[in-house]
Amino acid sequence: MIEIKELGKSFGERVAVDCLSLKIREGEFFALLGSNGAGKTTTIKMMSGLQTPTSGDIKISGESIFSNLQEAKQMMNLSPQETAVAPNLSVKENLEFTAKIYGRDKKEAASRAIEMMEKFGLTDRSKTKAKTLSGGLQRRLSIAMAMITKPRIVFLDEPTLGLDVRARRDLWNILLGLKGKMTIILTTHYLEDVETLADRVGIMHNGKLCALGTTNELKEEYQKHSLEEVFLYVTEDLEVFV
Amino acid sequence: MSSLHLASRNQKEILRDPISLVFGFGLPIVLLLLFSIMQQNMPYELFQIEQLAPGIIVFGFSFLTLFSGMLLGKDRGSSFLMRLFASPLGAKDYIIGYFLPMLPIALLQIVICLIAASFLGLSINANSIVALLVLLIISVLFISFGLLFGTLFTDKQVGGIFALFVNLTAFLSGVWFSLDLIGGAYKAICYLLPFVHAVDAAKAAFEGKYQSLGGSLLIVTSYSVVIMGIAITVFRKRMSS
Ligand SMILES: Nc1ncnc2c1ncn2[C@@H]1O[C@H](COP(=O)(O)OP(=O)(O)O)[C@@H](O)[C@H]1O
Ligand SMILES: [Mg+2]
Repeated sequence: MIEIKELGKSFGERVAVDCLSLKIREGEFFALLGSNGAGKTTTIKMMSGLQTPTSGDIKISGESIFSNLQEAKQMMNLSPQETAVAPNLSVKENLEFTAKIYGRDKKEAASRAIEMMEKFGLTDRSKTKAKTLSGGLQRRLSIAMAMITKPRIVFLDEPTLGLDVRARRDLWNILLGLKGKMTIILTTHYLEDVETLADRVGIMHNGKLCALGTTNELKEEYQKHSLEEVFLYVTEDLEVFV
Repeated sequence: MSSLHLASRNQKEILRDPISLVFGFGLPIVLLLLFSIMQQNMPYELFQIEQLAPGIIVFGFSFLTLFSGMLLGKDRGSSFLMRLFASPLGAKDYIIGYFLPMLPIALLQIVICLIAASFLGLSINANSIVALLVLLIISVLFISFGLLFGTLFTDKQVGGIFALFVNLTAFLSGVWFSLDLIGGAYKAICYLLPFVHAVDAAKAAFEGKYQSLGGSLLIVTSYSVVIMGIAITVFRKRMSS
């Protein structure tokens, strides 16, 4: 269980994440939905130990990740918003490299790389340098690199951003196949991603968590017919009505 | 252990880039050849191989600055470094990971240039071995500059800064002309910077003038320590924010 308690992050005057509280179950596929600038990436950066919160805490199984960051990082992994691969390494080398820096030995890294290439449909590109892959395949590799360490919790920051229809659908199928095997926390601004993949969704707006629940729960709670209507309703700028 | 995996990745990243090979290893040899040919047609001795080779090797090190700076800058820009920051790697792993792979590349540069220079008449003897070690120590200065640039700037900016840097190392180091030709304030400024000391140290090592070697090398090493120190401090700061 991941417990986020009154998490806040400010950059000077700018509040990126504002008093965010949230519980995510072990093995859950959780989506953070929000427009650009909502604070999704900042939330993920704090959860993965990349940024120190201005306030609040994040606990995994009751223990704050900041009390032993090194250990926490060992059981998490992430795929950053922008594709992050080593351009001059091959697909296989990229995967093995990631496994190795998380402490896997050569043999295990190799066997896991094979496993990941199969899962992500990269086997025939094994020896291709990452920089020559298409954008969609690079993204897949970047996500496979997050999965190869078999993290308890994996963060996928806008994994479907910039993918064409087919690449996106392929990625959906891959992610659906991984569902339940680990805790997956994904950010997106596409409603279809949420509807297809997530067990539960949190809608973020201006750094705040505005709504939380399954798609059906949210539709019921706000008396709307679709997630889109819920999203538009809860992210409407309230100042307008004041 | 993890730091060595990072080091190995970084080395592959550089050596698999054809631009690195052409400029880092090809250009110094071309320069050696060019200036040796010029010397043959000159009535006075300006570019004798004994003077030329150490200078060009040191000048070639400025590409180590380019390679290490570009790599680090690119990794920061492409969020590859973010991925590493999310891993259990610690601060010292990054220092080793980005610094260590540059040394074999420097060594390769030195050896290739020495072989080329020997064909152009440089005598290889016991002094050459000492010179090789001295050059390796000097290379640390240039790697440190690269890591500092890569920590502060993006890879595109590093490219621009390199254009300036390579001119600094060319004109303020006495590689291409003796600083005595200009003298005065210019020479004084040059001697405040480490580049001319690097060239002096390399020349002294080749000539076996070990008394004058120490002073120059000390200045170069002090600069290396300070610049590397700044790079590490800034990098750590960036890492935690
Ligand atoms: N390092 C930073 N410095 C200053 N402001 C930042 C920084 N990172 C994010 N922000 C600001 O915080 C807000 C949330 O950003 P972000 O978490 O990237 O949103 P999202 O991922 O949902 O698009 C934005 O307004 C952004 O400009
Ligand atoms: Mg984002």
